[in-house]
Amino acid sequence: MAEIVSNKKVGAYHHIVFAVGELAKFAKPGNFVAIAVGGESSSMVLRRAFAIYRAFDRGTNGGLLEIVVAPHGAGSTWLTNQSVGFKVDLIAPLGTAFGIPTEPIRALLVGGGYGSAPLFGLSEVLKNRGCRVDMVLGASTAMKIYAPLDGKRSVSSLTITTEDGTTGITGKVTDVLPGIIETNQIDIIYSCGPMGMLEAINQIATDLGVVHQCAVEESMACGIGVCMTCVLPIRGEDGEIRMLRSCIDGPVVDGSSVIWNSKRQIPEGTWGAN
Amino acid sequence: MFNFRTSLGQAEFENPIFTASGCAGSGKELAQFFDLTELGAVVTKSIMLKARSGRATPRMAETPSGMLNSIGLQGPGIDLFLEKDISWLRDQGARIVVSIAGESVEDYAVLARKLRAVQGISALEVNISCPNVENRGQVFACQPATARAAIEAVRRNIGGELPIIAKLTPDVTSIVEIAEEVVAAGADALALINTVLGMVIDTNTMRPKLAGKTGGLSGPAIRPVAVRAIYQVHEALPNVKILGMGGVASGRDAFELILAGASAVSVGTATFGNPTAVIKIKEELQTQLIAHGFDSLREAVGYAHRKDGNQ
Repeated sequence: MAEIVSNKKVGAYHHIVFAVGELAKFAKPGNFVAIAVGGESSSMVLRRAFAIYRAFDRGTNGGLLEIVVAPHGAGSTWLTNQSVGFKVDLIAPLGTAFGIPTEPIRALLVGGGYGSAPLFGLSEVLKNRGCRVDMVLGASTAMKIYAPLDGKRSVSSLTITTEDGTTGITGKVTDVLPGIIETNQIDIIYSCGPMGMLEAINQIATDLGVVHQCAVEESMACGIGVCMTCVLPIRGEDGEIRMLRSCIDGPVVDGSSVIWNSKRQIPEGTWGAN
Repeated sequence: MFNFRTSLGQAEFENPIFTASGCAGSGKELAQFFDLTELGAVVTKSIMLKARSGRATPRMAETPSGMLNSIGLQGPGIDLFLEKDISWLRDQGARIVVSIAGESVEDYAVLARKLRAVQGISALEVNISCPNVENRGQVFACQPATARAAIEAVRRNIGGELPIIAKLTPDVTSIVEIAEEVVAAGADALALINTVLGMVIDTNTMRPKLAGKTGGLSGPAIRPVAVRAIYQVHEALPNVKILGMGGVASGRDAFELILAGASAVSVGTATFGNPTAVIKIKEELQTQLIAHGFDSLREAVGYAHRKDGNQ
């Protein structure tokens, strides 16, 4: 159980902080948490998964995990309505983390909507490794850009795009990526956001020969690898396409290994396809 | 001293709480949370002859007190499964019930032959009722004749003492009729119930939410269906042991299935919400049984059927 120590509305989202004890020290950028919603006699039987925004290891008593929640369904709305002091049933950290380079390279972090959340913790880790970090955040409208002040300080440049033009450049993140990649001679892209956005970013990364790590989003039931619902087709090093679980083989995957645009169909040639 | 032991066919188990097939991965995922030897048995995912990708995504939709899934039996196929998963489970000292599924009667026969000589298996669950296949005609448990043919194929080929547990669907007019048929064909015990066929339509996209359109409904929403099916079958076939399942989320729920006639209880969807649900349910069940004055699990099996004049 993890106690809520802070719950604040930020634009269209809620920033929630949990006291998690020593769990915090195991959390890496890209990992996620799975939270039971609705209380003891809830009719919502499945946990909700949220990317970890930041983790602070302060020893056994003081470890903190922070998430950013968009209240768009009954479960996430319930969570955003809980008060400080309430204890939630939380499992963490789960899933794969972003790979951190050993060399001080030039990284571009791209986030869509609340998908920006895990990128700020990542940016701090990268900066501590001597990397240059540029960031691009996009959303449909200004209220849906999640870019806290202290997060902004951890990056060398921040570009914001909104589709309605309420803040930053009017358009999508992919409109500005090629220019930034070229100007700043980007070596690696890290991304998090809706699948359509990740696919578009991956196309640009492929065209320009940049490595791309992305945190994917598939609907999940268990978060621990037993239910087989959150799968997506990924090409392995042996060339074989397999339906892998985004909860344990992801959420962070190599963008070039994903067979994109495969919602509602199994790609031809997938292992075991009939 | 409370006696928690139970049996299905000739197989004996230390306690009656099992995982449900398709809800425990390969066992490794849950072993991070507890020791698998704590379970009555690990029931594996239903394994098929060949590797299978399963169905396209979305494969899951949450529903009130339940969920729909259309995994479509994703798995590595029997050979890789025996080489990797079974040997690992055996090394853990877990009791193993292997679940198998076929696309044809011949598939069941071949699967049974491949499992015949495998050491360390306590029983075979023959899944003849997976709803996530392209053709409803492939659900063997929907017709007495096809249900019988699949179980006979396993019986003829399995040999020895390995008990056969036939897994049935409640999506039939008379589950008792199907149960009688598979028992006559050689099933030693019955697994009741598989998921219930359902559908969710997304009112934003205005089409079925699942890529496979239909899915299997599980979770507490189907528990009364499970209780009914177990009760009816136990009444008709009181000597045939039942592995009950369907929306068990607490010791109280497991107790309810046992009162209806289950000798053991599988936990599925509850594990998705809570990885240690099986352990919690096992402990709560024992507490419930003792609180109701039972000295053993066996005394409680089918207790709701008693005729003692105080109804």
